Amino acid sequence: MTSKVFKDAEAALFDMKDGVSVMSGGFGLCGIPENSILEIRRLGLKNLHAISNNIGNSGRGLAWLLKEKQISRATCSYVGGNPDLEAQMLANEVEVTLVPQGTFSERIRAAGMGIRGFYTPAGHGTEIAEGKESRTFDIPCLLELPLAADFAIIKAQKGDAYGNLWFQETARNFSPLMAMAARVTIVEVDECVDVGEI
Amino acid sequence: MGELNVSDSKNCWSKNEMVDQVIEMLNDGSSLNLGIGIPTLVAQRIPPEKGIWIHSENGVLGVAGRPTPESVSATLINAGKETISVKKGASFFDSAMSFGMIRGGHIDVCVLGGMQVDAEGSLANWMIPGKKVTGMGGAMDLVHGAKLVIVMLTHFSKRGEVKLMHRCSLPLTGKRVVHKVVTDLGVFTPEGAAFQIERLAPGVTEEQLGMSDSLISY
Repeated sequence: MTSKVFKDAEAALFDMKDGVSVMSGGFGLCGIPENSILEIRRLGLKNLHAISNNIGNSGRGLAWLLKEKQISRATCSYVGGNPDLEAQMLANEVEVTLVPQGTFSERIRAAGMGIRGFYTPAGHGTEIAEGKESRTFDIPCLLELPLAADFAIIKAQKGDAYGNLWFQETARNFSPLMAMAARVTIVEVDECVDVGEI
Repeated sequence: MGELNVSDSKNCWSKNEMVDQVIEMLNDGSSLNLGIGIPTLVAQRIPPEKGIWIHSENGVLGVAGRPTPESVSATLINAGKETISVKKGASFFDSAMSFGMIRGGHIDVCVLGGMQVDAEGSLANWMIPGKKVTGMGGAMDLVHGAKLVIVMLTHFSKRGEVKLMHRCSLPLTGKRVVHKVVTDLGVFTPEGAAFQIERLAPGVTEEQLGMSDSLISY
């Protein structure tokens, strides 16, 4: 088996191209794959579809790519604390799809787990229900579909050569879900440990 | 409109007094999710003996409040992105599990901030069209998942408009989902056509609420 361990983000992101969809783990700036994001900035990739809860925060993280106009579409749940995204959204420079956070995480989980759709009450009776199939069980629900991506970039505190990962405290968030929902997952770790240590 | 704004008067509850109104509604041992803003203050004022388990949707059950300088960790935050501490026995999980706890009805109470709340129990707290977009975050999931949904907000906007109304004019977070409303002037229950006044802050009169008679149920 060819080793999947790369020495840095430049080596690991060798096949990322303009126009791809990229899931990025992290909640706010907690658990974000900083080095991979900086490498995407260095590569100057354009027309990206970013899928991430916050698309950066306080000018950092994916906001680095917003500032360079590298993101044309964004799927996320929260804009607060991200002035770059709010400004580009209101100016129609980035096409933003806001998704309730539980639906966002479950759609990513569904993509990774092979679930073709699910019903949830979140968003019923609001404008995000527009155009969605609804069905009443005990309460009215909306049909939501899986959310997959070409790439996932995530951060873990420890990892091994087989791709086993360990996350510290709340740094886990969306990352393990994204790792299963993307065609290619790139993880950056603080520490690459021997197989068997995790 | 400005003269209607009595939230500056000495009669209204402080943020901590609003928080205490919320804490009175919590049963011992319940699980609780706190939204961004005023609701996060609840974590710091809950008496430990109530045995409340605070859930934060970014993936932790057992939030204990602010960290000490020694315990602060960049990977240990709440949904408001503030660093926190956790109590003994706290657990960590991914976001899908976290919202499974919410959607599945395993979280007893959620406390959210709001821009508007109406007599039907509908809440608006995620955007002002053309002006401001914060996004819904987890609020649209929380309002349907928690057994008791409490909204905390100042009674008047900065422009002096009452935030309790017949029908929300801003885009909704959820329709007919709110059970209790705590403002700096009182505690209210949306009953469909109007709000029931549960209690008012000491010295506050109904006239000070800025709500028409048809918005108050008697």
